[in-house]
Order: sequence, then structure tokens, then C-alpha cells
Amino acid sequence: MASPEDLSGQPAPLYEARKGVYPKAVNGPFRRFKWAIMAVTLVIYYGTPWIRWDRGPYAPDQAVLVDLANRRFYMFQIEIWPHEFYYVAGLLIMAGIGLFLVTSAVGRAWCGYACPQTVWTDLFQHVDRLIDGDRNAQVRLANGPWTAEKLAKRVIKYGIYLAIAFWTGGAWIMYFADAPTLTADFWTGQAALVAYGTVAVLTATTFILGGFMREQVCVYMCPWPRIQTAMMDEKSLLVTYKDWRGEPRGSVKKAQAHPGGFGDCIDCNQCVAVCPTGIDIREGPQIGCITCALCIDACDRAMAQVGRPRGLIDYCTLDDAATEKAGGTGQPIRKTLLRPRTLIYFGVWTAIGAAMLFSLGERTRLDLAVQHERSPLFVQLSDGHIRNNYTLKLRNMETRPRRVAVSVSGLPGAVLWTDSGSREKAGQRIELALPADSVTSVKLFVAAPAIGPARQDFTIGTRGLDGDPRGDSDIIQFDRPEAGQ
Amino acid sequence: MADLKQRIDEATGTSTVGHEWDGIEELDTPMPRWWLWTFYATIVWGLAYVVLYPAWPMVDSATKGVLGWSSRGDLAKEMAADAKRRAPTVNAIAATAITDLPAEPELMQAAVQGGGAAFRVHCVQCHGAGGAGVKNLYPSLTDDDWLWGGDLATIEYTVTHGIRNPDHKATRTSLMPAFGRDGILEAAQIGDVVSFVRTISRQEKASASSVRGAALFADNCAVCHGAGGEGGRQVGAPKLTDAIWLYGGDRDSLTATITQPRNGVMPRWGGRLDPVTIKMLAAYVYSLGGGEKGLAPVAEGAGADGQP
Ligand code: SF4
Ligand code: SF4
Repeated sequence: MASPEDLSGQPAPLYEARKGVYPKAVNGPFRRFKWAIMAVTLVIYYGTPWIRWDRGPYAPDQAVLVDLANRRFYMFQIEIWPHEFYYVAGLLIMAGIGLFLVTSAVGRAWCGYACPQTVWTDLFQHVDRLIDGDRNAQVRLANGPWTAEKLAKRVIKYGIYLAIAFWTGGAWIMYFADAPTLTADFWTGQAALVAYGTVAVLTATTFILGGFMREQVCVYMCPWPRIQTAMMDEKSLLVTYKDWRGEPRGSVKKAQAHPGGFGDCIDCNQCVAVCPTGIDIREGPQIGCITCALCIDACDRAMAQVGRPRGLIDYCTLDDAATEKAGGTGQPIRKTLLRPRTLIYFGVWTAIGAAMLFSLGERTRLDLAVQHERSPLFVQLSDGHIRNNYTLKLRNMETRPRRVAVSVSGLPGAVLWTDSGSREKAGQRIELALPADSVTSVKLFVAAPAIGPARQDFTIGTRGLDGDPRGDSDIIQFDRPEAGQ
Repeated sequence: MADLKQRIDEATGTSTVGHEWDGIEELDTPMPRWWLWTFYATIVWGLAYVVLYPAWPMVDSATKGVLGWSSRGDLAKEMAADAKRRAPTVNAIAATAITDLPAEPELMQAAVQGGGAAFRVHCVQCHGAGGAGVKNLYPSLTDDDWLWGGDLATIEYTVTHGIRNPDHKATRTSLMPAFGRDGILEAAQIGDVVSFVRTISRQEKASASSVRGAALFADNCAVCHGAGGEGGRQVGAPKLTDAIWLYGGDRDSLTATITQPRNGVMPRWGGRLDPVTIKMLAAYVYSLGGGEKGLAPVAEGAGADGQP
């Protein structure tokens, strides 16, 4: 077996240092769109926990709160209990289908605009430009000797990195506790250890992933590029260098010397200079391309300067690429976006969303779960009646205390009482007071005449006595001794 | 078999790994350097772990590790911490008279839970996992009939001192005579008493036999079981007018019982279990559903734990 040395003349390195990427600032419609997305996502991320939402005295007044200790999830008017986790599952499914939808329509748009790694990398790259200057200055500084100026710039830059990273980690924990209280606790050393730990870990990961690893995360660590490739087809939009229009490339001077001998690409390298992942899109579609479209902005500017039509690099589907290569014109963008595949994804996505909204509107906030005591199945009472015991779990999911009635039906002659009342006061209906936003466990005794089937199904139901009268019911078994026992 | 011929890929300038499958070749792309450092870090981590924690299997145990950590030690620590955590509740239960427990729903709740745990260790062997007892052997603790009384204090006393413990003075004790075996009553007379008992428990209609039995009952049984068979708790004499029969209420069972009674025993738990555990056991037995009320009821909604 030949070793790589024999072939290339030099040993192939097994490991290689990251090559610095110093993307040049660019302006254009896609860059502005990217700014907008960045602003919106960051404002949502940092700001959401601070929105207040009054839910009355028995529930937190933070609009979005994941209350792990009490196992509640609050989102504005919606409160999710653990047994309603299917709403979260539904949201995850919607997110998945949404990703199919977006990817099949516009390719790796998630990667290019909304992915946190992209957003924070973009933010940190902007810090680089702020402190070190634009691309050329950055390269000079990186390659230059360690002067006092370089040291100072590095200290300031990493300081800003760290501040952003810390703010990012700090914002995360605000989703899990009352934000103002937690902030105060955090700075006075009163917060839980896990809060400090989480902030430390997230600060470190943001600092390292956003500040230093950047495109390496996308290329080496992230599974999405691989998965997204599988979600795309010939009709998905990709950032494409139209080599049939651009090649052979040559500078303006060369083109003037040989009219007709060159394509539209003036080989200005702007598309490479602005690429945040440091790739050359003119080499064709590649995994490093996050389809952020900054190269489109750069090339469009170059084309404008030399008076050629824009779109040498552009969003283009594989199908259109083939058509254009053959001399035709591609589909209008509307046809690319609205085709059976995207419409089906959209239909499924909206159907799930509508179903969830509907069930959110319909759900009762008084939930009952009955468990039959099985040991013993039944108890003979001294007056000959048979008693069965049940454990009721009553969930009062409203954020106020409630009074509810519990009653049985389908069991003739039955009376019920709880371990807090006595049989003398037993009746066909009992009333219970339920604390706000809580699960109450009640031991329910049901006594019925001994005459009757050995196993009989009956219904235990609850009903709200104040406000919402809707309740919940459970069908459960009543056991008696077999005849002759 | 793949043709292992490495070459430089023109498009990328990277050498291939030399394998080829259906015309697809793999580039021998170098790993990023941070990956290498991460790999080294895991090695350092692994070595440090081996030194710090028990890791290396030896003949009869593993290396100890310089931190001296062990899962047993963790357990002991957790147990100690748990005992400390429970101490306030346990002390509060200890300081509260059992009759006052129901007035403090949270304490009562804690006592019932603790008692349930103790019950599953010490009592299920006879009384069953749910306290339902065993027919003809051990009484049910879940019904509304009590031989010695079913209020908290009485249950606590019974658990503490047991029933018919031969070498314990304070034990609950009484002996039903063996009317048949010892020849106190003739077989026919026993049959009459059975008729009477089955009459007062409304299992049979009055008959000549039951009328004869009534007189015999008044002479021999009423002193413990009461004139009307209403039972006598001072001596643990069961009520004979209800539907609950520990040893059976049919003719054969009743005859057997009167001929040769069982006089069941129960160990005393005082001295074997600490008073707090006994108190909690009593609270649990009381809560099984048959506990006699007449005491302050547990407040409604106790048991709300705020947790699903
Ligand atoms: S090649 Fe263009 S679209 Fe792809 S990552 Fe680079 S700048 Fe963004
Ligand atoms: S920016 Fe456009 S013109 Fe300039 S090198 Fe890239 S593709 Fe060619």
C-alpha cells in the first residue's frame, strides 16, 4: 500500500489547525435581511423572560416560564401540565415539519439566517470588525507581531466576546425562574447552584463556539447539514454560482483585451471575501455553504460596478440550473415555492397546528384520575354492605382555588365518603375544596349493597361548582365477593 | 475488494483514502486540530478518573482511588441526610399525642405515610399488603368492625402491647373457653347456641333451637359478648350481630369456634419498634378505611401536595 507521502511528496497531515476566516463587511438586501433576523431572534431570546403576564395570585406572572420545580410550563395564556406534554410534542412535530417545509422550499435557510450558531457567529464577527477593522486589517493584525496595540485589541475583543457569552448564558436561566428575582438572587449569591453552573457552561460554550470555532461547528459538529441535504430535492433553492454564465472568469482588463472570450465573473474574489464560512462558492455546492446569500450581495455589487446584470451568484434550483445551462429560463420563484411537496408539508403543518389550537380551546382545567385500591379489592362492612376504596387524583389546573362535586352513577344504592369524613355523613355526592393549581389526592370510599354482580362498572365524575361547570369522569370497577363467598 | 490505490483528488487537492465503492471515493480529509485536543483531553480525563476513583478490578475488590469515594459511602451520606431531613417531622410526631394528630393534617399525612412503610415491613406477613387480613386467621384492618376498638389511641395500645402475649403484663388478653373440647356444653347445646347466634345476626329465622340457645347464651356467653351479642371490647369479644366473621359465620364455622376457639395472638411491637414508628403504624391502620371516627376528622383537602 502506498503511503500518502509517495503520492503527494509530503506527509498528509492527520490533523489541521483552523484556517482563519475574516469575512469582509458587505451590504445588500440579503445582508439587511440577515440583520433583521438577527435583531428579531436576539430580542426574542434576551427579552422574552422579562415580559410579565398577570395570572392572579396563585401563579407566576412571567409570560414564558418553564417551572421545572413545580412541573408547569407557562406560555402567555396557556399553561401546560406534565400530562399535557403532548402539546410540547406537537410543537416539536410542527417544528420538524416546518423544517421540512422550509428546507424543501428554500434549502438551508435555517442554517443561513436563524440557527443560533449562525446568529452568534455573525454577532461575534461584527465585534471583530468593530475592534480590529474590516477583513484586511483583521488579517494584518492576525499575522502581525504581538504589539501593545494587538494585545489591547485582543483583550478588548475577548472581553466583549465574554460579555456577550455571559449575557447569553444568563438569559437562558431566566426562562426557568422569575427573571427579576433570579437576577437579584444571582448577583447576591442566593441563586441555586445549578443556575451558576448553567450560566458558566453556556458562557463557555457561547464563547468557544461563537468566538472561535464558528464555521467548524457547522462543518464538523452539526448533524443538520447532513440531514438537510436529505430533505432537499432538485426544486429546492440553493445559492448557486452560475458557472455557465461566469466562466471562463477574467478581470475587466482581460475581458476588454479579448472581447467575447470571458464570462461575466470578473474574478474579483468578493464572494470569497465576504463568506462567513470561508468557502469559494464558485467551486459548486458544498457542505460549508450555509446559504446566507452574502456572496449574492457581494457579487451583485460587483456586477453593478461593471454594468452587468445581477444574479451571477443567485438562489437557483438544480432543475433551473440545468435549464439555464441548456439556454432556457428557469421557473418563476412562485412555482418553486408552491409545488405539491411544499403544499403538502404546509397542509400537514397547519392541520397539526389547528388541531392543537382546537384542543387547547376545548380542554377542561379540572381533571380526574381514579385508581381502584386492589389490596383488598373489597371490604365487607358490618351492616353487610360492600365497600371499595379508590384513590382520586383531582387536578385543579385553574389558578384559583375551586369547589367541586364528586358523584357516582351506575351503581345503585351507592354512597361515598372520603377519609376526611365519616360514613354517617356519606351521600351520593360529596363536595371538595381544591387548592389553586394543584393535584389533590383523595381517598374515596364507595359502599354499595352486597347484592349485585361480582364486577360492575360504574362512573365517578367531577363537576365544577363555581365558574366552569365542566368536569371529568372515569369509568371504574366495583368488586363484590363472588356469590357464596 | 476495494482497490487500495491512493491518489490525489484533483478538485480538492486532498488525497483519497484509497477505497472505492461503485465509483465513490472518500477523501482523506484531515481532522480539525481542536478534535485532536479534545481527544487528548478525554485521555487525561480517563487517567485522572482511574487515579481518583475506584476503577481497576483486583482479585477481590477494585482499586480504591485516592478520593476514597464509594457508592456505599454515598448511600450512608444520603441516609444520614434523609434522617436529618425527616427529623423535624419525626420529632413533631413524637411530641404530639396520637389523639391530636388528626387536628394537624400535615403531621397526620406524614404519619400515615411513615406508618405505611413500617406496615409493609412488619405487618403484611399476617394482615396482608392492604390490611385485609386472612380469613380464619388474621382480622381485616380495613373494615368497620374492631375487636379491641378502632380509635387511634386504642390501635396504638394494641400495636404496642400485642394480643395474648404470654409474657407481657399489659398485653390485651382474654380467653374464650373451649366449650366443646372441655365439655362445658354438649354438642346439641352448641348447636342451639349456633342457632341463636345466627338468629341475632339475621342469618336464620328464630326456631325452637334458637330459643333454647338464647338461654344457654345468656348463661355462658353474654358475660363477654353482651346480652344481645353486641360484643365486648374490654375482652376483645367480637360483635355477633353484624356481617363480619373472622372465623366464619356459617353453622360449621360457628360450631368449630365454640367447640375449640382459636384465641389468635399478635406480637407486641413495643420494645421492638420505637414509639414514633408505632404511632405512625397506628395512624396508618386507622387510615385504612375502618378507623373509628368520633375524633376530629382530618381536614378536607389534606393530601394536596401541589404535585401531579
Ligand atoms: S458561499 Fe455564499 S451563501 Fe454560502 S456561506 Fe458563503 S457567503 Fe453564504
Ligand atoms: S463576486 Fe462575482 S464576479 Fe466577483 S469573483 Fe465572485 S462570482 Fe466572480
